[in-house]
Amino acid sequence: MTTTEKTEGAAGSAPQDAKKSAPLLDVRDLHVEFKTRDGVAKAVNGVSYSVDAGETLAVLGESGSGKSVTAQAIMGILDSPPGRVAGGEILFHGQDILKLPESERRKLRGPKMAMIFQDALSALNPVFSVGNQLGEMFRVHQGMSKKDAKAKAIELMDRVRIPAAKQRVNDYPHQFSGGMRQRIMIAMAMALEPDLIIADEPTTALDVTVQAQVMDLLAELQREYNMGLILITHDLGVVADVADKIAVMYAGRIVETAPVHELYKRPAHPYTRGLLDSIPRLDHKGQELYAIKGLPPNLLRIPTGCAFNPRCPKAQDVCRADIPALLPVTEQDGTELDGRGSACHFWKETIHG
Amino acid sequence: MAELSKQAGKAEAAGQREPILQVRNLVKHFPLTQGLLLKKQVGAVKAVDGISFDLYQGETLGIVGESGCGKSTVAKLLMTLETATSGEVLYKGQDITKLSGRALKAVRRNIQMVFQDPYTSLNPRMTVGDIIGEPFEIHPEVAPKGDRRKRVQELLDVVGLNPEYVNRYPHQFSGGQRQRIGIARGLALNPEIIICDEPVSALDVSVQAQVINLMERLQDEFNLSYVFIAHDLSIVRHISDRVGVMYLGKMAEIGTDAEIYEHPTHPYTQALLSAVPVPDPEAREGRERIILTGDVPSPANPPSGCRFRTRCWKAEDKCAEEVPLLAVPTLYQGKDTPAAHASACHFAEEKPSVVSAA
Amino acid sequence: MTELTESAQGPDAATAPTAAANNTAEPAPARITQWGEIRHRYMANKLAVVGLVLVGLLFIVAAAAPLIATHDPYAQNLGNTLADPSGEHWFGTDALGRDQFSRIIYGSRIAVIVGLASIFLACLIGCILGALSGYFGKAVDSVIMRIADIFFAFPLLIGAIVIILVMGRGVLPVIVSLAVFSWATVARLLRSSILSVREMDYVTAAKALGASTTRIITRHIMPNSIAAVMSYVSFSVGTAVVAEASLSFLGIGVSPEVPEWGNMISSAKDFLGVKDFLWVYPSSAIVLTVLGFVFVGDGLRDALDPKLR
Repeated sequence: MTTTEKTEGAAGSAPQDAKKSAPLLDVRDLHVEFKTRDGVAKAVNGVSYSVDAGETLAVLGESGSGKSVTAQAIMGILDSPPGRVAGGEILFHGQDILKLPESERRKLRGPKMAMIFQDALSALNPVFSVGNQLGEMFRVHQGMSKKDAKAKAIELMDRVRIPAAKQRVNDYPHQFSGGMRQRIMIAMAMALEPDLIIADEPTTALDVTVQAQVMDLLAELQREYNMGLILITHDLGVVADVADKIAVMYAGRIVETAPVHELYKRPAHPYTRGLLDSIPRLDHKGQELYAIKGLPPNLLRIPTGCAFNPRCPKAQDVCRADIPALLPVTEQDGTELDGRGSACHFWKETIHG
Repeated sequence: MAELSKQAGKAEAAGQREPILQVRNLVKHFPLTQGLLLKKQVGAVKAVDGISFDLYQGETLGIVGESGCGKSTVAKLLMTLETATSGEVLYKGQDITKLSGRALKAVRRNIQMVFQDPYTSLNPRMTVGDIIGEPFEIHPEVAPKGDRRKRVQELLDVVGLNPEYVNRYPHQFSGGQRQRIGIARGLALNPEIIICDEPVSALDVSVQAQVINLMERLQDEFNLSYVFIAHDLSIVRHISDRVGVMYLGKMAEIGTDAEIYEHPTHPYTQALLSAVPVPDPEAREGRERIILTGDVPSPANPPSGCRFRTRCWKAEDKCAEEVPLLAVPTLYQGKDTPAAHASACHFAEEKPSVVSAA
Repeated sequence: MTELTESAQGPDAATAPTAAANNTAEPAPARITQWGEIRHRYMANKLAVVGLVLVGLLFIVAAAAPLIATHDPYAQNLGNTLADPSGEHWFGTDALGRDQFSRIIYGSRIAVIVGLASIFLACLIGCILGALSGYFGKAVDSVIMRIADIFFAFPLLIGAIVIILVMGRGVLPVIVSLAVFSWATVARLLRSSILSVREMDYVTAAKALGASTTRIITRHIMPNSIAAVMSYVSFSVGTAVVAEASLSFLGIGVSPEVPEWGNMISSAKDFLGVKDFLWVYPSSAIVLTVLGFVFVGDGLRDALDPKLR
């Protein structure tokens, strides 16, 4: 147990991080389970990652990979029961927030860490005006007067470039378009200038042309306030545009970590490679698309060994028996590659072969 | 299936270039009413406002556009699930928008649909066998009663599912498997045309490729014509022979995949292509991104003249006054260049720096 | 003709599977039938099982009343009135010396008949009108729903008195008046359920296949909307039992000599505080019956809810 924790922790936070002071957020060997009628679903099985101030970590995965559940555990908004953190640590500014009482954690949400959801319409309360909801942040956490809070709300709406903020501050969420609602969500998350923002599929529900506007806004605000950003997405394209480093998740584990350019150039895990290969490309027009065979695993019955082995073209007996640890990836001559890790028994063959 | 595969292969059909479906000035306005008992029409949502295109046998026509552009309404109109306000949909020369009863039922055998959401498109209280077998119960002439079970199992096999699954219920399958069941139901009557409304956008990335491959294989096998409606530009490009770009109920630009993706002349197409996030950080560095301001206007109150003018960087007075026609731009008329394809812009012109890697 | 198509299929059927065989081999989902799963979920709910036992007991008692009853429920014995419960008369005797236990046993027959028949009738009317309203919408919907509103708003007791005045006292008028004033709820429930099911893609898919209106309603819309109605039905059988007893209690239900729970409580009111066993036993019978149907209703609602799937 201790040994796996050590290896995974070391690989999860990039080697360079070790030299610096403690990262803003350091998730270590996190486990999350859900009780269901048919048994215990292991949604997160030992995830470790870290984010620094001003850094963007993209967490990439399909539905059921555990990417959103990890985020909910960090925020402390996991539905429990049925969900429960079954192990691990979440260090925020060096302090394990899993050990804090709920009242303390609530004080973190808003001023210290905030979340942006995919569906802004259901995340905003339909019976209060957006000005009211934005102002609430200041009234509750900073004890501002109603009038000051409203002025702050207008300022925030201007900040996320909602046209005619003054006139629209008393409008209700449904009176805004999808793109505008997402801006309001961003404004709410930014309101108290938190150190960490978790954005769960922030642009998935938006149109492409609006997607670009919203991502640009998010990136700009992040730079300005020097926040840590965790971007959770299934879209390889969105990731490429804004992330500094990527963690790829599969069946509740991180299977690969890499700086963004490296990942696309030379994936070191067959799952990442499969995902990249299955994107339609110009030169493959008219041919069959590469498709990862089979289906994502059932979290009640995760395959033994490497969870990806039933779908993997490289799978050998060892993959069916041993769970591969997330180990540092090196060049052929043994030089370490900064921030790269792969949880595959055959990472060497995958990246160099 | 038997009859279809006996027909000529794709190559021969393409050689004839005979449109199987001709859409002419198709319009759908949803009336906006006010009042409780005496409903008064106060306006209309112009979901589809004069669209024309052809679909040839054995080809795939992709239709892309953002939400609210009317692409899903087009699908429903082609399926005659909505009544067109005006315009024609000619299937082998016959206007199907005016059909009803027996004649409509006969046409429905030939035009089928695959839906976006694999969770709501299958009746949760019917077995897979009943779902795929239902087309035969509605059209008993297609398969004699004793044959149906066998046909259902064949269809399951064709879409890559175990034929023994006939007695299972939809909730026992994953999203991708459900989408295969939906495709099998669409294939049951040996249709010639399948309208696909966002068929893979609800699926996981790794499963999307499986379903796209299946659809391409079925197209070759049964000489199907697809109208493939989606918002994912790279998937549309992969599967389509020709692509139409829609904006606010109108067709902005239409042409072959290479013409649209490599030589777009309509500013909206250019903006759309430049905004697509490219899953390759290096490819993205050299290209210019056009970030449009604002949102799509409401189709209940679209801008005068060109509908894109409110977000267009090229807009001039002319754009507010005159509706641009969907035609080969005068700049490129008679020239042998891929830019010479229909584009509904007064100032249609190529913009080389936005060519996309999508 | 059949032979021709079959022979034509031969070569085609052979080519298709081979192509598919290269495709993805997908793991087989566990085989569970839908009803099996619903039963499994129902049985996992303890209260629902209790309800089922209570309702089952009620039916058995009603069916086998002559075998269970120890006395003739109509037989008067003026020499032994208001006797306390004893070995001979388990629940005592009433003011006319009739055996209370046997009257409660026979009373279950009225409860079952009135409860089931009135709700069956209410469902019949409610489902037909609700289905028409939900499926066709527009003017049909407006007209049916306004009529439903009237019946919904009309007080049951006043309505029942009017019907019983016209038809005379007896079991049938009670059934009719209960049905007339409860179909509106069924219609409303079914209508709203249909409105949501109607928008489902599988309904659109059936339309696209050319399915007839009857087929769309019977195969697709009804099976998926009826769940909402089914739990209500079980629930409302319980309320119908109470309503029927109330009518009898007020003296406008079945004739007073008939063994019926409401009648029994009504005649017990003169001995309140003196001979409490007279109202305690029939009231308990009503309470247990209603609880049984309510528990079954709740259990059904949870077991049929497709969202849990």
